Amino acid sequence: MYGVINLLSIKGVFKNFGGLAALQNVNLNVRQGEIKALIGPNGAGKTTLLNIISGIHRLDKGEILFKDEKINNLPPSKIANKGISRTFQHVELFGNMTVLENIMVGFYARNKTSFFMDGFKFSFITDSEKKIYKKSREFLEYVKLGHKINEIALNLPIGEQRILEIARALATEPGLILLDEPAAGLNIRETRELGEIIKRIREELGITILLVEHDMELVMNISDSVAVLNFGEIIADGTPMEVQKNRDVIVAYLGEEEEVQPGYNVNT
Amino acid sequence: MKKEDFMVFIVFFIFVGLLPLFIESNYALTIGIFSGINALVAIGLCILMGYAGQVSLGQAGFYGIGAYVSSILSVYYGFPVILGILSAMIVSAIAAVVLAVPALRLKGHYLAVATLGFGEIIYVILNEWGPGGPSGFGDIPHFNIAGYSIQTTKESFYFIWIIVAIVMLYSINLTKSNTGRILRAMHDSDTACEAIGINVPLLKIKVFILSALYASLAGSLYSHYVTFISPSSFSLFYSILILMMVIVGGSKNLWGAVAGAIVITVLPELLRKFQELDILVYGFILTLTLMFFRKGLVPIISEKIKNVRGYKFAKH
Amino acid sequence: MLTVFLQFLFSGLTIGAVYALVGIGFNIIYNSTSIINLAQGEFVVIGGLLMWFFSESLKLPFFAAVLCTLISSGLVGLLIERLTIKPLKNPDLLLMIMITISVSIVLRGVLMFLFGKEPYVYPPFTEGEPINIYGAIIQQQTLWVISITLFCIILLFLFFKRTITGKAMLACAVNPTAAKLAGVNVSKMVMLSFILSAIVGAIGGMTITPISLMEYDKGPMLSVKGFCAAIMGGLGSNRGAVIGGFIIGILESMTAGYVHSGLKDAVALVILLLILFFKPSGIFITKSMSQLRKF
Repeated sequence: MYGVINLLSIKGVFKNFGGLAALQNVNLNVRQGEIKALIGPNGAGKTTLLNIISGIHRLDKGEILFKDEKINNLPPSKIANKGISRTFQHVELFGNMTVLENIMVGFYARNKTSFFMDGFKFSFITDSEKKIYKKSREFLEYVKLGHKINEIALNLPIGEQRILEIARALATEPGLILLDEPAAGLNIRETRELGEIIKRIREELGITILLVEHDMELVMNISDSVAVLNFGEIIADGTPMEVQKNRDVIVAYLGEEEEVQPGYNVNT
Repeated sequence: MKKEDFMVFIVFFIFVGLLPLFIESNYALTIGIFSGINALVAIGLCILMGYAGQVSLGQAGFYGIGAYVSSILSVYYGFPVILGILSAMIVSAIAAVVLAVPALRLKGHYLAVATLGFGEIIYVILNEWGPGGPSGFGDIPHFNIAGYSIQTTKESFYFIWIIVAIVMLYSINLTKSNTGRILRAMHDSDTACEAIGINVPLLKIKVFILSALYASLAGSLYSHYVTFISPSSFSLFYSILILMMVIVGGSKNLWGAVAGAIVITVLPELLRKFQELDILVYGFILTLTLMFFRKGLVPIISEKIKNVRGYKFAKH
Repeated sequence: MLTVFLQFLFSGLTIGAVYALVGIGFNIIYNSTSIINLAQGEFVVIGGLLMWFFSESLKLPFFAAVLCTLISSGLVGLLIERLTIKPLKNPDLLLMIMITISVSIVLRGVLMFLFGKEPYVYPPFTEGEPINIYGAIIQQQTLWVISITLFCIILLFLFFKRTITGKAMLACAVNPTAAKLAGVNVSKMVMLSFILSAIVGAIGGMTITPISLMEYDKGPMLSVKGFCAAIMGGLGSNRGAVIGGFIIGILESMTAGYVHSGLKDAVALVILLLILFFKPSGIFITKSMSQLRKF
């Protein structure tokens, strides 16, 4: 289903926040074409890791390679232009713009225009504008938001906001997309739909996905591999089955004293 | 740009062009000229504030640079007026970069106070080192090109409003394009913009430059029209006036800036009787607009028009 | 040499005390609402002009005039909050900035309408010989300004640290929702912060007017300098605002004295921009503290 080439390699990454170690020697590989989940208890450093990959935080030590190119400590926009797009735990949409406009802005990354020259293009609608419009419509149909193109993004229910945010990330035509708790705040039906969309993105668009998620059912259903982060360290990395059986993981989630049955399932 | 935008543009400027045929009084035309000059500054602030979401209380600074640099160059160094204006625009652009680069991290109140501080520093500089100090200087040449000098009120009126039309056309085009959309996106979320590959700091610097260029151009045109300038025209009060124009007209719409500029420029002339009350009247207008007509004049009126039209269509 | 220096130092301390009060006024409102009230300088002007009105025009006895001034300034603060801040529904930041600016314009307009454009002055609080320190002449009013300022600061400190109301006001700033859940009447605290801040500003105006005169349009500059004082020590910290206020006052008076009087205002502005650009969290604040702040 996926190759053996590492699309993203995180090597020995350390990050401190004012003396508090958020990440300690994190090593993680995301292979081309896979859906990789990053799980772990609250405060384990999952979002910090995503923020470091996407350039929001600088790392203290270590390196991050994307397509064998060092990308650590580049500004977020540069990293996005290299092909890593993301969504946020607290949805970051362009709230006052329409659904369609949100996507059209997403296409900007691949269709840059010159700021000052834009005012001189005296045609009613430029060709690139038409192209972006058409592509955006197609995209919204693809994620099943086609009937809501003219709605203001803020007025969408949270489930659709999350899908819109993913669609906008896709519009930048990334190689890798980082999803930060995409199922937070969604009900069971919405979460299933989200899972379907994530799978389709990988299968039909060939985009690699790294997601941070608390919803174990979603994680175990869609991921090819799962890494577990606890107190800033990776304590397990493997297939969903392997991770579920890993003793360290069970301890991290449930605590040391628990009497653990063999084959205990984390997602129950 | 959409066809409707262009139609509104054509209708408005034909209307403005016809005005001098019906208005004989030079006094009324002069107010028209000042409205046009203020509109230029307001359009710039509208793009900066309404679209990109960056507050500025320092537009008077760029306006002052425009007026002083081009006047000084033409009076004391014999520059042709047009060259003086262009040089002033370059100086303003540089000043905008100097202000914008360190101000990038600032938002909201901090940005407001930083830009206010910038404007006041320019004001202090003009007072201290400008020719004539606080009393200013005169004998500034009228705008002239290829030996033809624009002197009469009527000529000046057309000249200024043609420039407003050009600037407006450029600005509508810009704001309705990809760039305009990105500016509005930045207004909503810096973080999301960065995440989809937009270089937010660079974009902010560019908008600051654009608004500074407009203000500078307006300042130069002002000085070459009135031919006498003193620092008092470039104080904090002017920055606030421009802000008021943008808000009263409607900050999310370029026509709002133009309408606001006309209203706020004409208003004190209508209120001549209560001349001591101008600040109070301004204050009330601004406060009431903010509290009850947050969108501003133009959006409210255009919504009304749309409703009426919608009603007519429904009847047929 | 020393005489001149001391003279400048004392005039700097005097005006610095007023900046400190304006800075504290910013802090009080900021701490309970996260609003930066750009009409803060107008409160100082109101204090000065009302004091003139009550003591010179109505010829009220000194303490009655002081009391009337404080009460009416408080009322102005109350009206501003109830008429402009409270009615705003889900305001964005831009609107908040605009509204305080527009309030300041209204206040200036009203002041000009009531008092005209000329400067006002009234006699110092106590008549008496100026004090002579190494040849520098220090008027008694100067001592009044500085000591009243210090007294205010101590009172405010006790208010915020020792009283339930004071603590509740601070709680509103940190987390309004949590404060509400804990039973704090947030709306009342916001109102109180405006009243308090107006009174603090008015005290500055009342004390400084006999020295530096007061006119309707002094507000914006006072706001800018007070804001400068407030951010120098980190917005929200009263101790910082006091130190910041005195530093700006002294630098300003030294510049006016030793360099050029026209550059007096530029000093505060340049300091303001430097702080905003390079250390907007304040220069007395550590790095880890500043990371917790939003700009």
